[in-house]
Amino acid sequence: MAEADMVLNNAGKAGTTREQDLIARVQRGQNELFYELVQPYERRVYAAALAILRNETDAEDVVQEAMLKAFANIRQFRAEAKFSTWLIQITVNEALMRRRRERTVVMEGIDDRRDEETDYTPREFADWREIPSESLERKEVRQRLAEALATLDRKYREVFVLRDMEQLNIQETAEALGISVASVKTRLLRARLMLRDLLAGGWEQGWFSRLPFEKGNKPW
Amino acid sequence: MVNREAVNCELVWHEISNYLEGDVDAALRVAMDEHFRTCQRCASVLEGTRNVVRLYGDERMIEVPAGFSRRLEKRLAHSARVSSRPWPTWSTWLVPVAAMALIAGGVRLANSRTFQPALKSEHAQTGHDIPPDMLVVVSAGANLFHAPGCGVIHNKDKERTLTAKEAMREGYVPCLRCLRKYLDTAAVGHPAALGSEASVEGDADDDLRGGTR
Repeated sequence: MAEADMVLNNAGKAGTTREQDLIARVQRGQNELFYELVQPYERRVYAAALAILRNETDAEDVVQEAMLKAFANIRQFRAEAKFSTWLIQITVNEALMRRRRERTVVMEGIDDRRDEETDYTPREFADWREIPSESLERKEVRQRLAEALATLDRKYREVFVLRDMEQLNIQETAEALGISVASVKTRLLRARLMLRDLLAGGWEQGWFSRLPFEKGNKPW
Repeated sequence: MVNREAVNCELVWHEISNYLEGDVDAALRVAMDEHFRTCQRCASVLEGTRNVVRLYGDERMIEVPAGFSRRLEKRLAHSARVSSRPWPTWSTWLVPVAAMALIAGGVRLANSRTFQPALKSEHAQTGHDIPPDMLVVVSAGANLFHAPGCGVIHNKDKERTLTAKEAMREGYVPCLRCLRKYLDTAAVGHPAALGSEASVEGDADDDLRGGTR
């Protein structure tokens, strides 16, 4: 195993051990440690709620409710499950319930379903190369990515966020949304290809590569 | 086994997401790898899709509203405080439990016949269904309470008026004559009871005799 991988693995194990220790202590009644336990995942659960509700205020409210629910049920959490997945599933449930309650669901038409059944054909074939992660330091890039995601249909956005942003696996995504594994795979494919097409223009215009320290703009 | 020639662009696009997931069988993977080497367009689609997955999977892509963490922490802290109120120890349990026991005991005693003051005559009947607010008359030195105007009231010069409830609390019992309807008439009518009727009167023997004189 490469040295870097070993270091990462050891760090991961240390984090997991710390998390298990925190879970056990909260389960024994040290309630004040609960925020410390969920804090590493607060952004992820927020993203999940926002993907479903598309409203920042509602998403924040749902996150708070979901975390309170998790707190109330922490004694039922079993070590064999992944804590982050458990939190995200509670949040998704809460968000779906909120959406049902507020009846904001736009009924999907027959065309939508047919749309899902047919293959998606990529439209942009510009020559891509790896976009450096550093480009995400720029607010403009993050904003463009967020805007592209927001243009996706709800069903594609939800699957994409849970799988590619929340890192749930295909099965967990299907369970969280109450849809089949096959639907998750189809929607994920379309979401990824649509986003790729939407972002292709950005690549051609160069806004992925304009780093703050590119030539002529060095901070030193 | 997948025929390498059968892997065209449409199949590659259809499977590209599964390919990134590592969810295609070995033969198809080899065939797709070969296709990417020779097809510029599909290689572009693969790279672009990879970029999408990698960029959106970055933690920095998730932004929360200003103050989000602080508000969440505050709400959870409040909930934790409410839930953290220490479980009462045995000593803190003791006070409310003892108080409840005392109250319950007090109520029971209040309802208990043993708490009622001793009747002035051991043969007396306490009566039943007597309206508690009914005005009755008692007189000093006697054991009975009477309806106002009863003809067998003893020591009329020392009589006082009070409610039936108050009279019973002081140990007076209903007069066999004027308040008969509140007594167990079967017992009163029984010869033995008649005997006790005389005894019940005790000092009221005089009353009765006086009444019959």
